Amino acid sequence: MTASAADRSSAASRWAAGADWLPPAVLFVVVLLGWEVSLLVLGVQSFLLPRPTTIASSLIDEWPTLAKGIVFTATEAIGGLVVGVTIGTLTGIAAARWATARESLVPVAVAASTIPIIAFAPITINWFGPESVLPRITIVAVMTFFPVLVNTIRGLTEVSPSSLELMRSYASTDTQTLRALRIPNALPYWFTALRIATTLSVIGAVVGEFFGGPLYSLGIYITLETGHSRYPTAWAAIVLACMLGIVLYLLVVVVERLALPWLTAREMAAER
Amino acid sequence: MTADAGRPASEPTSDAAVVELSGVAKTFGAGPDSTTALTGIDLAVRSREFVSLIGPSGCGKSTLLRLVADLIAPTTGEVRVNGKTARQARLDRDYGMVFQAPVLMDWRTVATNIELPLEIMGYDKAERKRRSADLLRLVELEGFAERHPWQLSGGMQQRVAIARAIAFDPKILLMDEPFGALDEMTRERMNVEVMRIWQETGTTVLFVTHSIPEAVFLSSRVVVMSARPGRISRVIDVDLPRPRTIETRESEAYFHLVTEVREALRQREGQPVGPDDRDPTSTDRIRAEGYA
Amino acid sequence: MAVAVPSAVRASTAGEPGGRPSRRRRALGIGIVLLGVLVAWELAKWLGGDPWRIHATIGGVPIDYEHVPPLHWRIADDLSLPHVWDVVRAFVDPAQRNGAPLGVVLFGQAMFTLREALTGFVLGALLGLGLGILFVHSRLAERSLVPYVVASQTVPILAIAPLVAVAVKADWLSVMFVTAYLTFFPVTIASLRGLRAADARAFELFRSYAATRRTTLWRLRLPSSVPYLFSALKVAAAASVIGAIIGEQAAGVGAGLGSAIITYNQYYITAPERLWATIVMCTVVGLTFVGLITLVERLFMRGRYRPPEVAR
Repeated sequence: MTASAADRSSAASRWAAGADWLPPAVLFVVVLLGWEVSLLVLGVQSFLLPRPTTIASSLIDEWPTLAKGIVFTATEAIGGLVVGVTIGTLTGIAAARWATARESLVPVAVAASTIPIIAFAPITINWFGPESVLPRITIVAVMTFFPVLVNTIRGLTEVSPSSLELMRSYASTDTQTLRALRIPNALPYWFTALRIATTLSVIGAVVGEFFGGPLYSLGIYITLETGHSRYPTAWAAIVLACMLGIVLYLLVVVVERLALPWLTAREMAAER
Repeated sequence: MTADAGRPASEPTSDAAVVELSGVAKTFGAGPDSTTALTGIDLAVRSREFVSLIGPSGCGKSTLLRLVADLIAPTTGEVRVNGKTARQARLDRDYGMVFQAPVLMDWRTVATNIELPLEIMGYDKAERKRRSADLLRLVELEGFAERHPWQLSGGMQQRVAIARAIAFDPKILLMDEPFGALDEMTRERMNVEVMRIWQETGTTVLFVTHSIPEAVFLSSRVVVMSARPGRISRVIDVDLPRPRTIETRESEAYFHLVTEVREALRQREGQPVGPDDRDPTSTDRIRAEGYA
Repeated sequence: MAVAVPSAVRASTAGEPGGRPSRRRRALGIGIVLLGVLVAWELAKWLGGDPWRIHATIGGVPIDYEHVPPLHWRIADDLSLPHVWDVVRAFVDPAQRNGAPLGVVLFGQAMFTLREALTGFVLGALLGLGLGILFVHSRLAERSLVPYVVASQTVPILAIAPLVAVAVKADWLSVMFVTAYLTFFPVTIASLRGLRAADARAFELFRSYAATRRTTLWRLRLPSSVPYLFSALKVAAAASVIGAIIGEQAAGVGAGLGSAIITYNQYYITAPERLWATIVMCTVVGLTFVGLITLVERLFMRGRYRPPEVAR
């Protein structure tokens, strides 16, 4: 028996080797340069697709408005995320304990997550008024609630029967089984849900603003600038919205790696 | 870990029954869909015995083990462990169990997997560390304490599972086809290792297996079971001298006992009950199973 | 030699209760929750809604009942939360003076949206599967493009919908683009896993036949990816409906549920129940589309093994 399976490179050395980030990084730079240069050389009017530098300069010019917008939209996205994830997790923990509750709740939640919840945006604006962050927080919370609920329940209950037998053979209490087995088992599921939820949250916030919001909010801003054919500024706002999505997503990934180092290591081992 | 390695070479059993099943039957389901997994089981395992349960698939040997472990309850009859009900014995943590799969927690290291039962049973941290270090030495995995289960081979994982099962010094070790998923070479090595651990720790072992050579090599007694419905068809005493070594496997007495167990298994096969059993080469089938 | 991987244990040690709930139980659960929502809805109105009064003669018995809720919640008044029966009645009442009932009008819009969603869905699914096939065959393509596929989902495409609409001129095309964009991602990720899901020994078997890449794709990779693909297609179907609705609004398409939302949102002050009816219709379209995919899945999966990890 050799320890060959244990022969793995650490995440740090992989990072140094550039295996993960180099190809996409190269592609990013190439695409950006190609975009800039080809528009410059061909002399194409930077109408719909302005040059990256043009977008960057309008980002700087319009920064005061855009900064207000990104703060507003981020508040909505993060606020809704926190509410939805918290309620989803707590409901999931509660439902997982009762077989009847989870067996009827999971299919309902799965069905509910296919509902176009964004269609409720105009209603929430009628409830709370367009200037408030509450309409979007409500929408984002409902959108993120369902995937978190489903994954929490699955993670807590889809435990291998043998592991449960093992815990039973130790005469462990329910609380001990929850802590030693169910929660560690559920964490990967939960983080998966969190990743889904972050992307949903930005979509929910920006699209929720389409139906009404303060003029500087990213959703309204993008619509207005597009309507007035001011594409560089519209693009600047879009870039900001994308960055918000990417930053939130990466944040989840980083926290996940820190919280579940064993999972990352196992995935890397499996990749070989 | 108790360090009573000075175990006598002869069969060191006492008369006190550690595991006792009387008139036990187990039926799964109810009505026309029910299946009788076990019927009319009477069995007594004495202290420090090594008893193997062997039989074809569906003879209920794993069910029997789970009854002793109080993972399931018998339909009729009584299961007593250490003179208590099986339930009380489980609550008193009288036994350690090893499953066919290692059932290790991916998020724990090898050392903390071994410490899992100790955590649940409230041992303090220093004691846990001391025991897991001892056990890692016992199963010869000293350098692997900080590894994670998926970084180990199947045989190493199963050794971790064995270390975990004996971490809290249970008086009884229940093993459910622990080496069923291992290759023959690894399996033979694990057999020697299990025997060494059994002798060093002085536990009583109830061992479920598919393999005739394994059963004969390890056991003081082999309980042969037959299927549909599951019952005990013969109990064969294995009086091979201890300590048993590689040479034991080549001795005449060993071959004789292997044949005896095989014959006992085949006798029950003689009655055609299922399509499998009508196979004229059923001896080969059993042999193949034995070496699975 | 097959090394027992702990995660593989999960599949082999099944048999304990805790499997999928029966269909009847699931239907019952959905019914109960739906009923619960309606009851909670009306309870909120009963406690904190607007006062109402019944003054009629039913079966010769004159009834005069007035209900004044003890509390007053802004969120439960008739403008914010119309009565359930008002929403139901909105479906039957004519959409315009002497016109067809709103339900019929909305059904027409729903069909329009569903058609848009379907075209985008098919396009996106094909693109997604195509990318998946490319990635399992080219390590370089996978390494350099997969991060972008993942990043593409952090781009709130629906937020760009207005710009897309301007970019591609034809409004139907922009709706299709947005829908396809939302669809391809889950399919790519699932096919990446599904096309590799077959047992390593099966791949060795194909290698021993000296099978071409194409044969391996058709006879091994694609068949074993079916369960993964369907679970992604369901997610994609739901996303495509949302894409169609939002895409319509952004592109200013004159028909479909997206435009219906805009229209009835403008009349919200006078007839809130119509917007609610439209949203109910959106929900029905979303569920119907996913239901359709589930049906097709059942046909495909009849008698097939479903890997336990697919559900994730």
